[in-house]
Amino acid sequence: MTQYPDSNGRFGPFGGRYVPETLMNALLELEEAYLHYSKDPEFKAEVLDLLYRYSGRPTSLYYAKNLSEKLGGAKIYLKREDLNHTGAHKINNTIGQGVLAKRMGKTKVIAETGAGQHGVASATIAALLGLECKVFMGEEDMKRQQLNVFRMNLLGSEVVPVTSGTRTLKDACNETLRYWVSNVTDTYYILGSATGPHPYPMMVRDFQRIIGDESREQIMKYEGKLPDYVVAAVGGGSNAIGMFYPFIEDEGVKLLGVEAAGRGVDTEEHAATMTKGRHGVFQGSMSYVLQDEHGQVLPAHSISAGLDYPGIGPEHSYLKDAGRAQYVPITDQEALDALQELSRTEGIIPALESAHAIAQTIKLAPTLNKDQVVVVSLSGRGDKDVEAIMGYLGGNES
Amino acid sequence: MNLIDQKFAELKAEQKNALIPFISCGDPTLDDTVDIVKTLEAAGADMVELGVPYSDPLADGPVIQRASERALKYSVTLTDCIKLGGRLREAGVTIPLILFTYYNPIYQFGMEAFFELVVQNHISGLIVPDLPIEEDQELRRLAEQYNIHLIPLVAPTSKERVVRITKQARGFVYCVSSLGVTGERSDFHTEVDEFLDLVRRSSDVPIAIGFGISSREQVARFEQKCDGVIVGSAIVRTIENNVPLLQNAATREEGLNNIKQFVAALKG
Repeated sequence: MTQYPDSNGRFGPFGGRYVPETLMNALLELEEAYLHYSKDPEFKAEVLDLLYRYSGRPTSLYYAKNLSEKLGGAKIYLKREDLNHTGAHKINNTIGQGVLAKRMGKTKVIAETGAGQHGVASATIAALLGLECKVFMGEEDMKRQQLNVFRMNLLGSEVVPVTSGTRTLKDACNETLRYWVSNVTDTYYILGSATGPHPYPMMVRDFQRIIGDESREQIMKYEGKLPDYVVAAVGGGSNAIGMFYPFIEDEGVKLLGVEAAGRGVDTEEHAATMTKGRHGVFQGSMSYVLQDEHGQVLPAHSISAGLDYPGIGPEHSYLKDAGRAQYVPITDQEALDALQELSRTEGIIPALESAHAIAQTIKLAPTLNKDQVVVVSLSGRGDKDVEAIMGYLGGNES
Repeated sequence: MNLIDQKFAELKAEQKNALIPFISCGDPTLDDTVDIVKTLEAAGADMVELGVPYSDPLADGPVIQRASERALKYSVTLTDCIKLGGRLREAGVTIPLILFTYYNPIYQFGMEAFFELVVQNHISGLIVPDLPIEEDQELRRLAEQYNIHLIPLVAPTSKERVVRITKQARGFVYCVSSLGVTGERSDFHTEVDEFLDLVRRSSDVPIAIGFGISSREQVARFEQKCDGVIVGSAIVRTIENNVPLLQNAATREEGLNNIKQFVAALKG
C-alpha cells in the first residue's frame, strides 16, 4: 500500500498528470530530477541539515496532559509542527523543493498560497537560497491573512493578487499554473500541498513524511507502542499524508483525516471534499472533487483559508477508497471551540487548520480508554489567525 | 469520411488555408451562439471550435475565462454545448464542428454516452486541453470507434514528444504558438517557425496553429507554414464587446455584423 505512485503517477485510479501539453516536459524533467536527487546523499544531507539547523527539527511530540485528563479518555500527544521555523509544517516541503530547484539550476520560483503559510515558507526558503519568488494569493485570502502578506513582502517576495473565480486558494492554484505555463523554461513551481499533477503528490509526501517518521519514533520511545489513532487536518492534505504515510503498513493504527465542514455538510458552504465530493479531475490529478452534476468544480468554504479547497491529494483518495484511512468533517464552530479549548488547557493557540484536528480529537478521546494513545498533527500555530478569530468571537461573521 | 478531413482536402485542392474560429458556447446565451456561428460561417470560417465553459479553465487567459463565467451564470452544460451541434445543422450551418472541452465534464458525463451524443449532434472533432497522451488512451479508443477526431495539442516545449503525439493525431495537429495560456500576443518568437517545421515533418495530417493570433497580419504570417489558423480570444473579445448590442433586439443585427466584419477581415 506504500508502493504508490506507479510510474504513471497513479495511486490506484487516482493521480496522473492532467495538464496542458506545454507543461508535460517540465513535469517529466522534474520527476527525473527528483528521482535522481532523492537518492543523492549530498542532496539528502543538505535538506536534512536545513530541516534540523534552520527549521529547528525534530519538532517535539508533546503529551497534552491537561487536555487528556480533562477529556478523561485516551492519552493525547501533539506533534508540534507549529514549532517549526515560520510556524507550520509547510517549511518541510519548501526546504526540499527549494534545494531541488537550486540543484536543477532554476533561479525563479513561484508558489500558490491559501492561508499564507506555504507562501511564507516559500518566501523564506527563496530568501535563504537566493531565489526570486512570486507568490499567488487570492484577493479574498489576502484580506483574511494580511499579516502573512506583509511577512512575504518583508522576506523579499512579490505577492500577486488573484482576482479570478473565487479569489481563494482554488483560483490561486489555477493562476500559478497559468503563470507556470507561460514561464516554464526558467521557473520552478513550489507546489505546497500533496495535490496537483505527478510528481508533486509523491514529492510533497516524501518531503512531509518526516512528520510521521519522527512521531513514530517518538511515540515508541514514550509509550513503547504505536498509537491507536493518528489524526490530522486535510485541505489538500500535505501534513496529513506526511503524518499518515509512515503508519500505513501498521494495521493497528487508525488514520483519521479531518476535513472542513464549514457551516455544515448539509449547507452549500463547506470544504468537505471526501464527505460530499465524487471522483473527478481537478488541477492536474484524478481525486475526490467537490463538483456539481455536470463536473463544474464548486467553490468551497471554510473558516480556515488553508482548508478552503474543493480538492484533495490523490493518495488520500486512494487511502479512503482502500478503507485504510477515514475522513470526517468538522464545522467552523467546532474548530473555533477546539481552538479556545486547547489555548486554555495547554497554552497552545493552534492554527485554524490544526484546530479541526483538535476538534475531532476532543470528540474521539473520551470514547477511548486511558491506555489508548492518539497522536495529533498540530500542523501550525494560530498567530496568523488571531485577527480573524477576534472577528468571529466578537460575533462578526466577516 | 470525417467532415474535417473532407474540408482540409477541399481547401488543399483550392490551395487555401482553414480559418478556425473558437467561440465559447452560451456566451452570452445559447441562442446567441447559434446566430454567431452562422455569422462566422458567412464571414468565411472553414470550421468552428465550440468551447465548453468550465469553472477552472487552466489553459485559458482572462478573455476566455470571462466568457466561461458569462455562460456559467446561466448554467450552460456540456449537454447544451453538444446539442448546439444539432441546432446549428438545423439552422443551416454546414462547416465541421469541433468540441473544445476540459476533461472533467466528459468524465462525469460518462464516456460512451458522451460519444453517442456527440455523434448524434454532428460534431466531428474533439479537443481536450488538459489530457496529454499519457492520460488519453480510453478517450482515444472511443473516439476512433465513433469516428470522432481527437485533435492533439503540441507545444514548443513538446520536443521529442512531437513525434509520439503527431503519430496518433486525427483531423489535424493543434500547434500551440508559444508558451502560455490563450490570449492575444503582439508578436511571436522566431523559434516558432522551427517548431512548425518540426511538427510538419512528423505529421501525416494537416497542422493548424493557435494561441495568441488576433490580426490579419498574424493569420497571413502563419498561413505560409500551416494548413489552418485558429483564432480564439480575439473573436471572443469581439463578442464580449458586442454583448450589449446582441442583447437588444433593435441592435442585434448590428452586433452580429460587427462580429462578421472582424472575422471576414481575419480571412483577408
